[in-house]
Amino acid sequence: MNLFSEAAQFLTDPANWSGATGIPQRLLEHVGYSVLTMGIALAIAVPLGLWVGHTRRGGGMIVGLAGALRSLPTLGLLTLFTLLMGLGLMPPILALVLLAIPPILSGTYSGVAAVSPALVDAARSMGMTEGQVLTRVEIPVALPVILGGIRNAALQVLATVTIVAYINLGGLGRYLIDGLAVRDYARMLASVVLVAVLALAADAVLALVQRLVTSPGLRLAGDRP
Amino acid sequence: MNWLSNNWSTVLDLAGAHLIQSIVPVVVGLLISVPLARLATSRRWLRPVFVTGSSLLYTIPSLTLFVVLPLILGTGITSVVNVIVALTLYVIAILVRSCVDAFESLDRDVLQAATALGYKPVRRLFGVELPLAVPVMIAGLRVATVSNISMVSVGAVIGIQSLGTLFTDGLRRSIVSEIVVGIVATVLIAIVLDQLLRLLGHVLTRWQRTGTTTARERRRAGAARHASASGRDDRTGGGDPEGRDSVAGAPGGAGAVAAVEARGDRA
Repeated sequence: MNLFSEAAQFLTDPANWSGATGIPQRLLEHVGYSVLTMGIALAIAVPLGLWVGHTRRGGGMIVGLAGALRSLPTLGLLTLFTLLMGLGLMPPILALVLLAIPPILSGTYSGVAAVSPALVDAARSMGMTEGQVLTRVEIPVALPVILGGIRNAALQVLATVTIVAYINLGGLGRYLIDGLAVRDYARMLASVVLVAVLALAADAVLALVQRLVTSPGLRLAGDRP
Repeated sequence: MNWLSNNWSTVLDLAGAHLIQSIVPVVVGLLISVPLARLATSRRWLRPVFVTGSSLLYTIPSLTLFVVLPLILGTGITSVVNVIVALTLYVIAILVRSCVDAFESLDRDVLQAATALGYKPVRRLFGVELPLAVPVMIAGLRVATVSNISMVSVGAVIGIQSLGTLFTDGLRRSIVSEIVVGIVATVLIAIVLDQLLRLLGHVLTRWQRTGTTTARERRRAGAARHASASGRDDRTGGGDPEGRDSVAGAPGGAGAVAAVEARGDRA
């Protein structure tokens, strides 16, 4: 329990709350890497998932691709890319993007593919173009599921960004790696607690967003969040 | 690949450690989850407790658990016990939810029929309820196993031995082939275990396939299929955050299975 109070001391020490190695700076780096990763992953996975979900062609390929990406160990990709491309921001971001794609991709695809065909046919018979069917019917109906996938991906990325400190980048994992090097257990503990708090906070915010953007029509239907 | 032929035994040792750290949690987690889920099915008030608890647990990053657990368990920071306990908790978080779903989706008619045939509660559990829950349970086990295998390597960052050690060591010594061997071995283990589980599910659900069976078995299979293909509409999925209702429109048990598979894993 002594270690917990030491970690609490580390967290409340004003010296740790300012400067280039302070908690706010590390937090900013941590969130920054995560946002960059999510931006790239969303730009790739959402259009692909929408397209496959809408055309309902290649669904098996998406499931296979997501499964294959999922079994790749992120730490392995991180170290491999770093060795091949050198130290820097992009190698770890690339590894994290590969981590974030499967949940977003399968969430988007399964969300759109699960929209009732009758609903889609009704939209078409009302004269909607394919683009309108996608943006006015399929996406709104699938949105809670799509956001569920995105939320899942964001959580994984926030948790995993911790290990980019292993290859000399910043983020909250810095305290973990530095603490490990000098056997400062309290600092390691502070690091992982900060990451957990960040993850819980992000999850709560994303859950709220998910609730807010859910179409009232879906909420009336009653069986979806 | 010279590196591999010179370090064959190291890789095997690490693969063994990796396997233990990913399989033990799945087995222990399954043994804990099934009774918990069964309990939550009969005591309805437990359900929200478990569902909220497991999603909170699932939000805690694995590295956090790897570092905090030694303080609680009194183990060393590089002990594999930390990984095994942490991953067991994640397995429970995944499986309790899918097992609750599986038990709740059982057709009441089938359960009543079993009771009417003289099945006592324990025999009904093992003879009827568990077999019918197998497809959903296997789907949950597959997700848990594959995500465990990739999570185990993260422990290498703080010095816990596994195939992840090949990544940290390869980076330190700039040996690309060491890292590639680690990645390939990890993916291979994931594929093999995933396929073994699929096979296990196939063997345990013979009742789902008809055609080569006797009339009596066919009737039984029909009843079972009916059981898995109904009763999914009465769920109140309100507030479920993880898109698990994504396939609510898909028929029956397949929907539950796909819902489990649609949930991501984590590192």
